[in-house]
Amino acid sequence: MTMHTLSVLVENKPGVLARVSGLFSRRGFNIGSLAVGETENPDVSRITIVVNADSSPLEQVTKQLNKLVNIIKIVELDPQVSVARELLLVKVRADRSARGQVLETVNLFRARVVDVAPETLTIEATGTPDKLVALLRDLEAFGIKEMVQSGTVAIGRGSRSITAGPALRVA
Amino acid sequence: MTRPTPETLANSARRARAAVEQPRDADRPRAAATPTVPAVRTPVPAPTQVSGAGSLVRSLEALGVEVIFGIPGGSILPAYDPLYDSTVRHILVRHEQGAGHAATGYAQATGRVGVCVATSGPGATNLVTPIADAYMDSVPLVAITGQVARPSIGTDAFQEADIQGITLPITKHNFLVQSAEELPRVLAEAFHLAATGRPGPVLVDIPKDVLQASTVFAWPPTLDLPGYRPTLHPHGKQIREAARLMAIARRPVLYVGGGVLKAGATDGLRQLAELTGIPVVTTLMALGAFPDSHPQHLGMPGMHGTVAAVYGLQKADLIVALGARFDDRVTGQLGSFAPDAAVVHADIDPAEIGKNRHADVPIVGDARHVIDELVDAVAVEQSAGHRSDLDDWWAQLRDLRRRYPLGYEEPADGTLSPQYVLRRLGEIVGPEAVYVAGVGQHQMWASQFISYEKPRTWLNSGGLGTMGYAVPAAMGAKVGRPETVVWGIDGDGCFQMTSQELATCALEGIPVKIALINNGNLGMVRQWQALFYGERYSNTELGTHKHRIPDFVKLAEALGCVGLRCETAEDVDQTIEAAMSINDVPVVIDFVVGKDAMVWPMVAAGTSNDEIMFARGVRPVFDEDEV
Repeated sequence: MTMHTLSVLVENKPGVLARVSGLFSRRGFNIGSLAVGETENPDVSRITIVVNADSSPLEQVTKQLNKLVNIIKIVELDPQVSVARELLLVKVRADRSARGQVLETVNLFRARVVDVAPETLTIEATGTPDKLVALLRDLEAFGIKEMVQSGTVAIGRGSRSITAGPALRVA
Repeated sequence: MTRPTPETLANSARRARAAVEQPRDADRPRAAATPTVPAVRTPVPAPTQVSGAGSLVRSLEALGVEVIFGIPGGSILPAYDPLYDSTVRHILVRHEQGAGHAATGYAQATGRVGVCVATSGPGATNLVTPIADAYMDSVPLVAITGQVARPSIGTDAFQEADIQGITLPITKHNFLVQSAEELPRVLAEAFHLAATGRPGPVLVDIPKDVLQASTVFAWPPTLDLPGYRPTLHPHGKQIREAARLMAIARRPVLYVGGGVLKAGATDGLRQLAELTGIPVVTTLMALGAFPDSHPQHLGMPGMHGTVAAVYGLQKADLIVALGARFDDRVTGQLGSFAPDAAVVHADIDPAEIGKNRHADVPIVGDARHVIDELVDAVAVEQSAGHRSDLDDWWAQLRDLRRRYPLGYEEPADGTLSPQYVLRRLGEIVGPEAVYVAGVGQHQMWASQFISYEKPRTWLNSGGLGTMGYAVPAAMGAKVGRPETVVWGIDGDGCFQMTSQELATCALEGIPVKIALINNGNLGMVRQWQALFYGERYSNTELGTHKHRIPDFVKLAEALGCVGLRCETAEDVDQTIEAAMSINDVPVVIDFVVGKDAMVWPMVAAGTSNDEIMFARGVRPVFDEDEV
């Protein structure tokens, strides 16, 4: 099984996400991550789905997704020619004795401190899933009190846009 | 025998009015997949101030709806007021499941969109089975449900059910209408979605306050379906490749599914078959797409198909699948299905292609266009001298057909043979009638022993296998084609699930005929118990023989029908003829048949088609050297 990143353009209407996620869950796919937001066209939302699956059952799900009336286009993003990012907010134990070291780690990963409390720092970081895993591994030593991660958002490199031009469908 | 009042005065008056305003072109099935905005009835009215309910009914009228099947209730009640004055005929059924199957039978018999209506909550959930049924068999169905008022949604209000959520996986699409202004557009979209591309059920859920709101009705609306673009025309290169393979294959088979009927492609299919000389198999959903009497027809493939059809697919070197989906009942164990065949798979739904069986030549398109273009491409191949010799192949298939014809043995215990009943029914009633079967042994025998010569003369629940389908679907078919004789063929198990709709038939003047193949048991389940569970008949005896509960003749009479009973082979013809002579009320014939008759041939579930059994303990002998 391999990780696949699907960009799904959908009509910005209630219930569309349930239709999409239902197709995955019914076939026993566990969605690795999912992110939804409006696009440059407010009538269109973009769902980025990361799923760990074999290509043959994934092809069937993709075809079924294409049948959903509210779905406009599906593109599988090739990791070689696309940029993928996640957002992480993490509350780390950082009392006076550890604070310097935590800040050093924050700088090393080009993350930012967004909230300060006497015993903790809340850190914001964006990056590839790999980078965030590495950051968390370093921060674990200090004690992670709470964390939250967004789903992956991803976009193709170069000047081409998936919102224009012919539908690119997963083969 | 009591004759019921055929219909209420009010109903007949309204119907007469409707008939004057819009004569029905009764028996002319229209092509299903007309990929245009639904018909607009003239004259188009100027925008007018109406209620949401008024807008709903006006939209149905504008869409050319002639009949809907339903039951009113709290949330849908506002819609029933404008319906009272409408040209749309409403048939009041006894259970919402009946409304759904009736709409399906109407759609399958006519090719038009069938419409059913229910209220919120239990009314809507009672539609779930027929909606799932229509989804599996790709039937153009629009289900309209009332919903609790918008402010009450999500509060567990009285008769609230999230029918949009419930039907997400069993509809082609569904809508929860958010405002009265949307109604004409949503309904036009619903009809368009239901009827075009791969047809299917669409549900429109309308909150009560939307029905009560004041709005402006304007027609026609503009459809807004940016994500819906069914592919109708196949790719020329794929067509040429398919034609090339058809010209060189030594053992080709045309595997015809329900898509060919839905596309109205049966004339083209015959042309293609006769041009190429390729043998044809028609699935359970496609019976009537190619005449049973045609010498190139091998019969139905699959679990209870003919030996020739099963073997034909199994030994083929080329399968040309047209509007078929390689269902498990056709392929048997998938891994051993047609091991040497290259596959050309044409379907309007790209998700069907390669779903179960790899397609060497995938073709996405409407079956009518696919077949027409195949005819042209094959003609080009033939004019270039490319045509393979199928004589050896036909010799093998003819030999199998001769050695293993469909047949049955007369029951040793002297009971009436169900196969004989159905064979005589088909012979006496003829190929012009519409036959509507339930699910089980009687369905399989009806598929085997009645000869289907024309499209839309065989309706059944193929994909979902819904017991209880026959009576309401026959009702819908008869409403859609009032001049045609419609026979429901039902088992005693199925019949008891939906027989109440015979009351609807009696009161609304819908004279269907029901051949009840009463073997006193859930026959197909009993057959499996006999074959696979050591004849341990757990909970399959229904008592309709032993205790005559219910007495189907009395039940029929109580429901306003004529009830007849037939228990011997000698009486079969005259009983069928008696039923054929009654045309003003529904008729039920209780054929009391033996319980031990089995459906053969059979490929046991999960086994390979190579393991087909011609009869109990009898495997066909295939001469492997010939292949």
